[in-house]
Amino acid sequence: MARFLFPRWSNKVLPFTIFFVLGPLGTAALGALWYYGSPKHMEVGYQPVQPVPYSHKLHAGDLGIDCRYCHTTVEQSAFSQVPPTETCMNCHSKVRTESLKLQPVRESFATGQPIPWVRVHNLPDYAFFDHSAHMAAGVGCKSCHGRVDQMIEVIVSQPISMAWCIECHRDPRAHVRDLSKTTVTNMDWEPSAEQLAASGPVKATNGREVAPPVHCSGCHR
Amino acid sequence: MSAAKTPDPSGEIRNDLMEDPRERAPLVLGGQNFHTVSNKVAGIVEEKTSLKWILGLGLAMSIMLILVGSIGKLVHTGIGVWGNNHPVGWAWDITGFVFWIGIGHAGTLISAILFLLRQKWRTSINRAAEAMTIFAVMCAGLYPAFHVGRVWFAYWLFPFPGQMGLWPNFKSPLVWDVFAVSTYATVSILFWFVGLVPDLALMRDRAKTKLRHTVYGIFALGWRGSHRHWLNYERAYLILAGLSTPLVLSVHSIVSFDFAVSLLPGWHTTIFPPYFVAGAIFSGFAMVMTLLIIARKLVGLEHLITMRHLENMNKIMLATGTMVGYAYGMEFFIAWYSGNEYERFAFINRAIGPYAWAYWTMVSCNVIFPQLFWFKKVRTSIPAMFVLSIIVNIGMWFERFVIIVTSLHRDFIPSSWSYFRPRLVDISMFAGTFGLFFTMFLLFCRYLPMLAVFEVKGVMPAADPHHEPAAGLGSVGSGKGGHGHGAH
Repeated sequence: MARFLFPRWSNKVLPFTIFFVLGPLGTAALGALWYYGSPKHMEVGYQPVQPVPYSHKLHAGDLGIDCRYCHTTVEQSAFSQVPPTETCMNCHSKVRTESLKLQPVRESFATGQPIPWVRVHNLPDYAFFDHSAHMAAGVGCKSCHGRVDQMIEVIVSQPISMAWCIECHRDPRAHVRDLSKTTVTNMDWEPSAEQLAASGPVKATNGREVAPPVHCSGCHR
Repeated sequence: MSAAKTPDPSGEIRNDLMEDPRERAPLVLGGQNFHTVSNKVAGIVEEKTSLKWILGLGLAMSIMLILVGSIGKLVHTGIGVWGNNHPVGWAWDITGFVFWIGIGHAGTLISAILFLLRQKWRTSINRAAEAMTIFAVMCAGLYPAFHVGRVWFAYWLFPFPGQMGLWPNFKSPLVWDVFAVSTYATVSILFWFVGLVPDLALMRDRAKTKLRHTVYGIFALGWRGSHRHWLNYERAYLILAGLSTPLVLSVHSIVSFDFAVSLLPGWHTTIFPPYFVAGAIFSGFAMVMTLLIIARKLVGLEHLITMRHLENMNKIMLATGTMVGYAYGMEFFIAWYSGNEYERFAFINRAIGPYAWAYWTMVSCNVIFPQLFWFKKVRTSIPAMFVLSIIVNIGMWFERFVIIVTSLHRDFIPSSWSYFRPRLVDISMFAGTFGLFFTMFLLFCRYLPMLAVFEVKGVMPAADPHHEPAAGLGSVGSGKGGHGHGAH
């Protein structure tokens, strides 16, 4: 039997394939996975359809209602709740009582069945997050939720990945605000130049040092 | 050339125990020539599958199924199915890991260090020992991979720029371990494969079927045995031997750091790296011995793996076993000399505590019994060395068990002291790794040349340019031809 040998052309083709086909393709595949598989692509832009066409832009932006009018537990609790139908009806028993868009709200109010709002920002169960702790340190809503006052329907605007959380936990300077009641929900707030240029420990305005945990059990309890 | 001047052409295996120390026993017996060596080794692969092999593989694969089942149970339920619990957080799993990693070391020592030292007797045993290394590392790798619990996240052991924004803790020896073991596996496989290429070409050229022809042909990488091929081959092999040599020492040093870098009495010991390396080579040679004694008998390789090979391995076991014994003694000396009461307690507890039975099993298997190798009668008796090699394997398993469990089971708070007992999955998983190991080894014996044919040819008298062939000897077979290591 004639012995098996690689054909002569394989001397040229194999190195060419390895360097110019397999190499670039492998790099491209890895790069694509790394880039498009990251939460920057997978999480940002999630915008579920809500049962009621509620506009945050209208209520929080144009009308200027404070976030805490509806999300009342944010300063006291780990969980910032979605308001009950009664909160809507505080106004809508007087305003736009005939609106078709508000039909599900009125039904919910009449029957006592809550509106099935779809949760937009959802952390995995193994990550412990406390809204009140962030509020107490002066981290505003915008830092994680983005310009909700400009969103008609709420959309995820930040990666909400571990690297993204840790980036701020390692250096929270650009996100710590004045602790006064009006500042923390202010969507127009930007850190001042002096604040960004400052050095040393980051302090909340009550003088307490902001030292977010960066050890595992800070969030994974 | 160290071989005898006149090979015995009768073809019989003669007594190779040379009493005259000025002349060494030949490495190839029975009046072999190049062609008969090729026929013998390639014949193991080419002959009809024997019933013995099928039965052996069936048995090995059945045991491997136990491993598959145990791992299934482990992954499904969680690592709580092992008996590990506070304070013994590491037990049979890490014992099994260190045991298997250690066994691999003989292969690297034989293939790299003995090559650089021009020890010609390595030629008949290096291929099988290197294969054994790779299979042992596979068995070892199972333990840390499955100990992480969620094995699909085992890749988190490696540093990569992911969405977690975290790197593994580079100060931890467990991370060094990941690099040490993966480097070791990679270099061992590469070294083994490079050494196989000329023999794969031999298998290709002898192949009778299209399938064999093509498969061996692809893996032979177009080897034609030209002078340039040999030059490149020798250079590549030398470089790989140079790369592997530090690995013989570094891998088990780093495995020992898993213990030595911690602050636990009984683990926190500077003697650990050399002590672990000596123990690894010790256990590795014992495993090579166990396997080769069976293999040479079953396939009839007595004239290629001779008593001289076996005796040399026994001498290495005697040396490394005694080093391990020295380390055991030195641990106790330091425990006393340090004046640290925790250190003293750890060692007194080892020798007379609840695990004294394990400690004394270890001492007798690793230090006392191997001393029998001082006697040439024992060193050259097949049954004696077979039994001793198994005793050493048992002893080296107990060494890791003793180090891990006795140091942990009585920690600083007496209220948390406990006694570790293995659970079913501990035992079945360890037993199952032997199934994996022997399955791989049997497949290797059947489908690849067990001996480095061309290297064996290089240490034969016929490879010496001054050799004058007697009638019927020295005909050049396919494969290596006359370019021998021994011919320089």
